[in-house]
Amino acid sequence: MNPVLFPRTEEMLLSMVKAYPEARFMAGGTDLLVALRQKQKALPPLIGLERMEGMGDILREGDEISIGAACTLKEVASHPLTRQHLPLLCQGADSVGGPALRNMATLGGNLCTASPAGDTLPALFLLEARPELLSEKGLRTLSMEAFITGPGRTALLPGELLHRIRIPIPPNAPIQHFEKVGNRNAMAIAVASLAALIRMEQGLVTQARLAWGSVGPKVIRSSEAEAALMGKPLREESLKEAAFYAQKAVQPISDIRASADYRKKVSASLLQRLILYRDSDDKGERS
Amino acid sequence: MSKPPENSPISFFLNGSPLSLSVAPGRRVVDLLREDLHLTGTKEGCGTGECGACTLLVDGFPMLSCLMLAAQLEGRNIETVESLEKDPVGEKLITSFEEKGAVQCGYCIPGMEMTALALLRNHPEADREDIRKSLSGNLCRCTGYVKILDAVEDTAKKLTAPKEMP
Ligand SMILES: Cc1cc2nc3c(=O)[nH]c(=O)nc-3n(C[C@H](O)[C@H](O)[C@H](O)COP(=O)(O)OP(=O)(O)OC[C@H]3O[C@@H](n4cnc5c(N)ncnc54)[C@H](O)[C@@H]3O)c2cc1C
Ligand code: FES
Ligand code: FES
Repeated sequence: MNPVLFPRTEEMLLSMVKAYPEARFMAGGTDLLVALRQKQKALPPLIGLERMEGMGDILREGDEISIGAACTLKEVASHPLTRQHLPLLCQGADSVGGPALRNMATLGGNLCTASPAGDTLPALFLLEARPELLSEKGLRTLSMEAFITGPGRTALLPGELLHRIRIPIPPNAPIQHFEKVGNRNAMAIAVASLAALIRMEQGLVTQARLAWGSVGPKVIRSSEAEAALMGKPLREESLKEAAFYAQKAVQPISDIRASADYRKKVSASLLQRLILYRDSDDKGERS
Repeated sequence: MSKPPENSPISFFLNGSPLSLSVAPGRRVVDLLREDLHLTGTKEGCGTGECGACTLLVDGFPMLSCLMLAAQLEGRNIETVESLEKDPVGEKLITSFEEKGAVQCGYCIPGMEMTALALLRNHPEADREDIRKSLSGNLCRCTGYVKILDAVEDTAKKLTAPKEMP
């Protein structure tokens, strides 16, 4: 029977990684234990992160919010700092699974799983989050583009840990909106999702960032769709034009949850629905 | 599941009492409870985090015992459905579930009740929408949910009702 270890400090963690090179990190275990159980083999050595110092807190550092990778999605969705500054991320975190799952599943785990359907990923891309990695060689910080290398794949080296996620506070409170369509509201993996970060000045769009989840191997961006919104009021016509480019940009597959064609249409509709949220001041968790 | 050979000692609180035992660190909490400790109130539905039947409270928060390992319990405060009748809120939940006819086969009920317990302890003022959201990870194949929501709402009303009627 392999050990299940709970380091409290970085030093302990690094020595455990050395002693058990075949060990897997376990944060909430909601992806890992399901995957390991499917294999029906004995568990490998596990290094649990839930008791690590400096991985379970949310802080403001200058113009950044810094989130410990072992923070649960519940903590991320309900913390005053994230709710004030990063409502987009709160909405993403709050749409993962159900309440008990969110008490276990972590932000770091959602990132490291790197699923195309990971509900926090579109927000993390748009907010220009920077994953900070820790190994015996020290810390390194990557962009989201560099961290997620493909479906289920990350830039983490063997034994390297995702330590914190650093997110610059977006200036002058743009519209931040995340919406996910699944086969039902709770406990459903997304068929398609859209994160939008839109800044308006004097009624005109001065910045538009859009990211779709579940409709490609990675999070999908479309500079053409973003450009179609720029310099105009946020109205049906410009959203329709942007939606045309969105349908071209997404690369969905057909699977048991939905057909590729349906996913394309939903990607466009999610964008056109932004009109509904134009004037609302979306502030994080809706409960 | 057969018992793996090597055990390690863990200590935690189970339903208010301290407990120390020796267990394989990778044993699932749901198996530890049901098979080793014979506390069969906690149910296993899916075993993959999707149904909520195995919900228990860890330091007061609902969590899924099918996705937790015994080693994670060290030092924690665990509450299972077996403790419900000794809890002031839990006791009211049991009565409301009975009075509102919210139980059919009963398989989902321990998970429903433990989730509702955590909600109503912290938010006795919870309304129907809050209750719906908080139970959104608990599946029931029998009742259609309406009577379960009625029951939890009934407990909430009892908790927030003025103590003495004039
Ligand atoms: C029923 C159910 C419903 C779900 N619904 C959704 C959903 O709606 N949306 C969604 O996005 N996801 C969903 N998931 C997937 C999962 O819950 C999330 O991806 C969750 O955020 C994973 O976090 P975790 O802490 O449990 O990760 P774990 O399972 O602990 O880890 C996942 C992987 O990442 C590695 N890892 C974790 N943390 C670190 C770290 N800090 N450094 C290095 N490696 C690390 C682990 O070794 C493992 O390989 C669902 C899962 C279940 C079981
Ligand atoms: S048995 Fe744990 S969630 Fe279904
Ligand atoms: S009462 Fe049978 S599953 Fe809920």
